Amino acid sequence: MISVRELRRNFGAIVAVDGVSFDVEKGQVLGFLGPNGAGKSTVMRILTCFLAPDSGTATICGYDILKKPIQVRRSLGYLAENVPAYDEMTVGGFLNFVCDVRQLFGKKRKQALDRIVPMCSIESVYHQTIETLSKGYRRRVGLAQALIHDPEVLILDEPTDGLDPNQKHEVRGLINKMAKDKCIIVSTHILEEVEAVCSRMIIISRGRILVDSTPEKLKQEHRCSLDEVFRKITKSKVA
Amino acid sequence: MNSFWAVFKREVKSYFTTPVAYVFLVVFLFFSGYLTFKQGFFEIRQADMYAFFTNMPLLFVFLVPATAMRLWAEERRVGSIELLLTLPITASQAVLGKFCAAWFFLAIALALTFPMVITVSYLGDPDVGLIITGYLGSLLMAGGFLAVGCFFSAVSKNQVISFVLSVVACGVLVFAGMPTTLNYLSTFSPAGLVAAVENMSFQGHFESIQKGVLKFEDLSYFVLLIIAWVTAGMIILEERKAS
Repeated sequence: MISVRELRRNFGAIVAVDGVSFDVEKGQVLGFLGPNGAGKSTVMRILTCFLAPDSGTATICGYDILKKPIQVRRSLGYLAENVPAYDEMTVGGFLNFVCDVRQLFGKKRKQALDRIVPMCSIESVYHQTIETLSKGYRRRVGLAQALIHDPEVLILDEPTDGLDPNQKHEVRGLINKMAKDKCIIVSTHILEEVEAVCSRMIIISRGRILVDSTPEKLKQEHRCSLDEVFRKITKSKVA
Repeated sequence: MNSFWAVFKREVKSYFTTPVAYVFLVVFLFFSGYLTFKQGFFEIRQADMYAFFTNMPLLFVFLVPATAMRLWAEERRVGSIELLLTLPITASQAVLGKFCAAWFFLAIALALTFPMVITVSYLGDPDVGLIITGYLGSLLMAGGFLAVGCFFSAVSKNQVISFVLSVVACGVLVFAGMPTTLNYLSTFSPAGLVAAVENMSFQGHFESIQKGVLKFEDLSYFVLLIIAWVTAGMIILEERKAS
């Protein structure tokens, strides 16, 4: 469902993404790992058509990100790293705006809201303005925004960052629940999260893919915890 | 089209959920009335709105950039642009949605000056055509300033910078057409250049519409100006959205 071919992107002299290619199928949850500044967010921003790649391309649900950006954006849900939202709006107003843009009207909108609000447990803050929310609630509103149209592809940039352990557990449960009929990319640097939700992992550093495997395989190969595997790989190959 | 309306609706609402709208309306309505009466509305002894419309360019130079500055600068500073432009909205829908919302807001502000019309009608028998063209000219001019402001808002993440830059640009567009500037220019430059500068400015075009003359050249000046600056805004936004 996602197919990425030789993506490259520079910011001035800095090479952010340097020839990244991979495929993700339906039913897979891909963990996207790497040290800070490895290029994870840039890849995600390219896939969501926010940034244009310098070269290379990708297709999502069969739509090319360069030729059909609107169809691509229609078929995916995206939670960006800093959870952008309109602070002065209420949670309800914000979700209704997203429904407007995603063309969910009437009955469909009601169904979508009835499904998503309890799913992300944001009933209690539904009438509050977003600027008054705690980090955890804000992130859940961001998740609700990404899931409201029940997309086939989900791209989540550090979805559990800033959540307390209970909330983390809930979000992971949510991802696991959706995993079988969606195609999900999750970026994170929390390794226990990878073990908890991901069926496959890619480690990226300095814009290049270093490893593309499953968490179990990696642990077997290196005979140590994922933590150590991550350190070994990112340190040895970069240095 | 739906995405355009979604952006438009959200933007108009956001003017009124923040204090921006109210502060703007109070200041605009106060000064538009104050300047009219201060400049001898009663002394002229004519039931028309000339004194009212003459002040519009000066008021708009400051107030329109103030409404426009937040359009994109805020969006980029907070990062919500990453949300907006990863939803199924094209850059042109987003830019036009915001531009039209702000223009609609300015139209509301102009409409709220209706007591002026009532006053004039009560005091005498004004030429309705003149009042209508006066409002039309003001609205077009507001759109022109807004397009400039929208562009500069996309240029910088900092609202103060985008405000200052658009005030300067709008100021140049107005004051280039003032008689003092043109007289000074004519002392050393050829007549053709002076005429060109005069035609580039808002002033002459606005005055001629305000006098009740609807000429194709004046209308097309504003329309072209708006299209050009809005398009430039789209291009610069595409370029800078992620920086």
